[in-house]
Amino acid sequence: MSYIRLVNVTKRFGDVTAVNNLNLEIGKGECFSMLGPSGCGKTTTLRMVSGFEDLSDGEVWVGDRLLSSPKKHHYVPPENRNFGMVFQAFAVWPHMSVYENVAFPLRIRKLPKAEIEQRTTDALRSTNLLQAAEDSPDSLSGGGKQRVALARALAINPDVMLLDEPLSSLDPHLREEMRFEIKDLQRKYGFSIIYVTHDQSEAMALSDRILVMKAGVVQQIDTPLNVYNRPTNRFVFSFIGLSNFMDAVRKDGKLYIKGDSRPLPDSLKPQEALNGEETISLASRPSEIEFTGASDPSGVQGLVTRKAFLGEIVDYQIKIGDQTLRVQLGRRDAAHDTDEVCHLRFLRPSWYGLGE
Amino acid sequence: MSAIKKDSGFGVAHIILFFSIAILVIVVAVPVLLILFNAFFVNGHFNSRDFYNVLMQPETYAALKNSLIIASCTTIGSTIIGTFFAWLVTRTDLPYKGFMKGVFLVPFMLPSFIGALAWKMLLSPNAGFINKFLMSTFHLTEPVFNIYNYFGISMVEVMYLFPFVFIQVCGALERMDPTLEESARISGAGLLTITRKITIPLVMPSILSGALLIMLYSMAHFGTVAVLGVENGIYNIPTLIYERIHQSGGSFEAIRTGTVLATVLVVSAAVIIWAQHKILGKGHYQIIGGKSFRPMELKLRGLRYPLLAFCIFYIAFTIVLPTVVIFLVGGLKTYGLAFTLENLSLDNYKYILTEYTVTKDAIFNSISLGLAAAVITMFAGVMISYVIVKMKVRGKGILEFLGMLPFSVPGSVIALGVILAWSGQFGINLYNTVWIILVAYIARYMAFSLKSNSAALEQVHDSLMEASRSCGATMWQSLKDIVIPLVRPGMLASFFLIFLPALRELTVSIMLYSPTTRTIGVAIYTLNEDGETVMSAALAGIALIIIVTGQTIINRITKKVGE
Amino acid sequence: MDDIIKVEGVSKSYGKHQIHKNLNLSVKKGECFTLLGPSGCGKTVLLRMLAGHEAPDEGKITIDGTVVADSAEGIFINPERRGLGVVFQDYAVWPHMSVFDNVAYPLKMDKRPKDEIKKLVMKMVDIVGMKGLEKRLPSELSGGQQQRVALARALVADQSLMLLDEPLSNLDANLREEMRFEIKALQRKFGITVMYVTHDQEVALALSDHIAIMDDHGNIRQIGTPYEIFEKPVDAFVFNFMGIANFLPVRQVGTAFLVGKGDQKIPWEEPKGEAESWVAGFRPSDVKISRTGEGLKGVIKRANFLGAVMDYLIEIDGDHLRTSIETHKALSDDLMLKEGEKCIVNFRNLLWFDAEDLKEVNRV
Repeated sequence: MSYIRLVNVTKRFGDVTAVNNLNLEIGKGECFSMLGPSGCGKTTTLRMVSGFEDLSDGEVWVGDRLLSSPKKHHYVPPENRNFGMVFQAFAVWPHMSVYENVAFPLRIRKLPKAEIEQRTTDALRSTNLLQAAEDSPDSLSGGGKQRVALARALAINPDVMLLDEPLSSLDPHLREEMRFEIKDLQRKYGFSIIYVTHDQSEAMALSDRILVMKAGVVQQIDTPLNVYNRPTNRFVFSFIGLSNFMDAVRKDGKLYIKGDSRPLPDSLKPQEALNGEETISLASRPSEIEFTGASDPSGVQGLVTRKAFLGEIVDYQIKIGDQTLRVQLGRRDAAHDTDEVCHLRFLRPSWYGLGE
Repeated sequence: MSAIKKDSGFGVAHIILFFSIAILVIVVAVPVLLILFNAFFVNGHFNSRDFYNVLMQPETYAALKNSLIIASCTTIGSTIIGTFFAWLVTRTDLPYKGFMKGVFLVPFMLPSFIGALAWKMLLSPNAGFINKFLMSTFHLTEPVFNIYNYFGISMVEVMYLFPFVFIQVCGALERMDPTLEESARISGAGLLTITRKITIPLVMPSILSGALLIMLYSMAHFGTVAVLGVENGIYNIPTLIYERIHQSGGSFEAIRTGTVLATVLVVSAAVIIWAQHKILGKGHYQIIGGKSFRPMELKLRGLRYPLLAFCIFYIAFTIVLPTVVIFLVGGLKTYGLAFTLENLSLDNYKYILTEYTVTKDAIFNSISLGLAAAVITMFAGVMISYVIVKMKVRGKGILEFLGMLPFSVPGSVIALGVILAWSGQFGINLYNTVWIILVAYIARYMAFSLKSNSAALEQVHDSLMEASRSCGATMWQSLKDIVIPLVRPGMLASFFLIFLPALRELTVSIMLYSPTTRTIGVAIYTLNEDGETVMSAALAGIALIIIVTGQTIINRITKKVGE
Repeated sequence: MDDIIKVEGVSKSYGKHQIHKNLNLSVKKGECFTLLGPSGCGKTVLLRMLAGHEAPDEGKITIDGTVVADSAEGIFINPERRGLGVVFQDYAVWPHMSVFDNVAYPLKMDKRPKDEIKKLVMKMVDIVGMKGLEKRLPSELSGGQQQRVALARALVADQSLMLLDEPLSNLDANLREEMRFEIKALQRKFGITVMYVTHDQEVALALSDHIAIMDDHGNIRQIGTPYEIFEKPVDAFVFNFMGIANFLPVRQVGTAFLVGKGDQKIPWEEPKGEAESWVAGFRPSDVKISRTGEGLKGVIKRANFLGAVMDYLIEIDGDHLRTSIETHKALSDDLMLKEGEKCIVNFRNLLWFDAEDLKEVNRV
């Protein structure tokens, strides 16, 4: 199953450890995303896989081919790795036509003329660029340029495709469209994808599995649904989707939201592992909170401090004790106005210690 | 708030426009038009046959040919050297790259005719130190080198002009998105293929635009050819114009020849500028990238230290050696003596600074002319740039066209033009005064001022001015409080961009000086012509000190402003 | 005089490009009025005409009872005499002046005494939450802080009308949200009138008392409260501009209203009026999906997990619609559908547009 393997990969820049002892196995034909805030080491990892960055320690394998290993003094330069790669800034060559851009990797490999033509045309067809083959890439839009970059990466029919934030220079509408195109191309060609992004919805929509990274350390590797539904820690919870964290304190065996005089209902109970901690965090998602009646025993009382009609959704800011909370409801479910007392029910609360 | 008629701000705009056009017309357009008029009209009648005849005279034809040959050789040489060094300091692991990059820019500061003087002292076939040394060491009867030919002239010009290409290409290579090269690499190309197929083609527009700049400069360049070529009968257009006018004392025939030659210069300059616009407009790729990584470096491996040695040798040979020679010769009691301690002293330097009127006057003239030209041109440049960049008035198109002119008119053309315009034919006679040099300097350096002030003004977004108007400030108040303070760095830059080159100016001054209005450049040149080699070298040394000090001060200031 | 801004019959062209033609608009005192439209529709040009940085080719503009521009009478009052606060898209904070000097500038121009300037500036700096930063230069401030300086500068001279030109579009999402509420709070606090120009419908909905929707040709399509604009659009342009919109073609066969080219009846009350064919418009949230039951039969063409929501593209007889369902609901209601699965579509709400002119037909 595992095709690309990173074994104990570490990268240090001077005193800074950008990637710390990363172990990773990616399957053939899998779409694997690396997600994290900027500077978390995801791009460095990709650049180590591509060969543009040396490893400080560890090994990179693809299939049974060792690509990098500082211990064994082994290093395959990027031009011999046979990967496809697409960069954020398109990186199409403005002095060559679209066709020549795509044919370049094939010409470098000194393939027979007919084959070059065949494969270039195929790649252009797959990316809907046949019409623009003779154009200068500069005459294309951002989306068009990124298609050229994709076609160029496809032309050599690589087993591994490395994508470095390929959509973040595009406008939101186009981003969505290109996402589907990448997915379709993967289905057609069957290559493995390593996809680096800071946009969680992009990673969610595209990937078979997601790696969430922070400060060079892996936080979670799982399917999109599990990363969203069962985040392993507070960081992953906050990084994927909108999130609320409210501090709660224990007093006389009951839990209180900080600054609130009413205890939380028994239905909101943290897991036993947190029993030893005085102050803990109640985590929730704005879309997973509902208004409920005053008589609901599982309700928590709060005060609406802000309300904004945003069309499809209504965005509330609610104060409980001295903690604030964001609630987003569909426009049909909006019930309260600013300065009104309301009661909230948490549909899927999670608890985290402060230390996490 | 009460309703008032729409009037204010409108008249002001037209006054500014009028002044801007007037300045450019008087200073640049009239001289150029007079040249064209005199070249084609004889006694008030159009006469193209005469134009052709002058052009076909053997001397003029030869000068044309020489100009072209020298400019082409210089351009090719400078482009190769400039591109090579730029690539070396930006794309390889050459040791001390940052330092080297700074050193390669030093020739920018050095006046090339002083360099030519130094090389003449080193390599002239009869008296050159290197030739003499080689002849006495190896007991040769013939000198080894002769610098009085196309090769020598071009070599010296290349040494001082290659930074034009170097700086352009360095900039392009540094700003270029590294992923353009990385994507070629992941496509399977090795570093040399990438350099050949990706990197060089992408920076080609920068290379070409630097090359054309050198071509333009070299075609119209006086000093080097005057020092190294004339003795051997090699004239280019500017030296021939000077020779004719100088020898005849300003006769009509000489001026006519001059105008014809000047016309040729203007036309070739126009062609070059046109070509440059074409290249920059069409082929300038958007290669500036988003994310920044270090670009790939070619590992030079075994070539690392040999190439470093080559760079150091180049610098020693082209920068250090000539400079040292100038200072040493300037310290000699008499030219021709050996460089021994007893023959060297600071007496010459003291003499030319405190006693010798010719050099004292020259230093005073150059400094005051430089200051005056810099101040006037700076303010005129701000005003004209403001109209071009910011104002929406009718008639701006004329100004935009006139604003292009200073960029394309070579120095010797300007000199000839101001002679035609200010020698009394139009009621004002400035000939043989410093004023005519001042007018010519203003025309010559207007381009620098327009360039840096336009750039500064383009940085000042319209909304900054609109914001102040909305805050209750009138147009004048907004200019005073917002625009002027914001373009001050650009103005300062233009001041120095004019003041420093003006200090060492030769091409224009040589055509316009009188015995009391020599500038530093003229004094160095004429002293050398008169056989006062030692005095000439001493003055050159002092000029170098002034220029380098001035440049250091600018670098400090611009760095501070940048922060 | 209730209207603080009155625009009457204004036209404006740049060369051959006509931007506004016979434009009429009025804004009431004390309200927050938003001009919302796609980029390039000319909304900024209108704002610049109000501020006095452009003159209308034709027509009349009145601000607070004073005619500030009238092409027929040859009246044009310079921007510095219009007494407005203006906030620009790029902030236009002067980089060579400290925060204090920036905010003090309008007062200096008004020739107020020094101690009064100091008092007013410090008060204003405090109100926008920049206390302690008044000696900083703009280059030492973040985008949001520069924005606050621009706001303070526009407010300090006690102007009764503020013009804001997309002041939030250069900020990141969180800051944008924060500043949105701040502008609203300041407007209420000072009781000023705000004229706000933006292409961001979310900002417009959150901020405004009234919104005017401008189309690509500079025509105003609808003016109304955020609720009216969102729930009762006059036409398909407005409906489409205010959020993700689905449009299904519907044709009438006898008394039956059939979707697309198929023969399924649309499960909604029929449109009023006479037309050959209609377009049914609805938001993704107006769609109810289920695995079984009555309704339109569709197939999931694309299922996209986006974290908080599942996003579906559903095909019904060759036409497509998009809907999304919150992940927790999808999980609890067994609606995590895969591509190729069948589903049943019903509606919570639906608008009818005439296919000919795309006007909403059920409006009264």
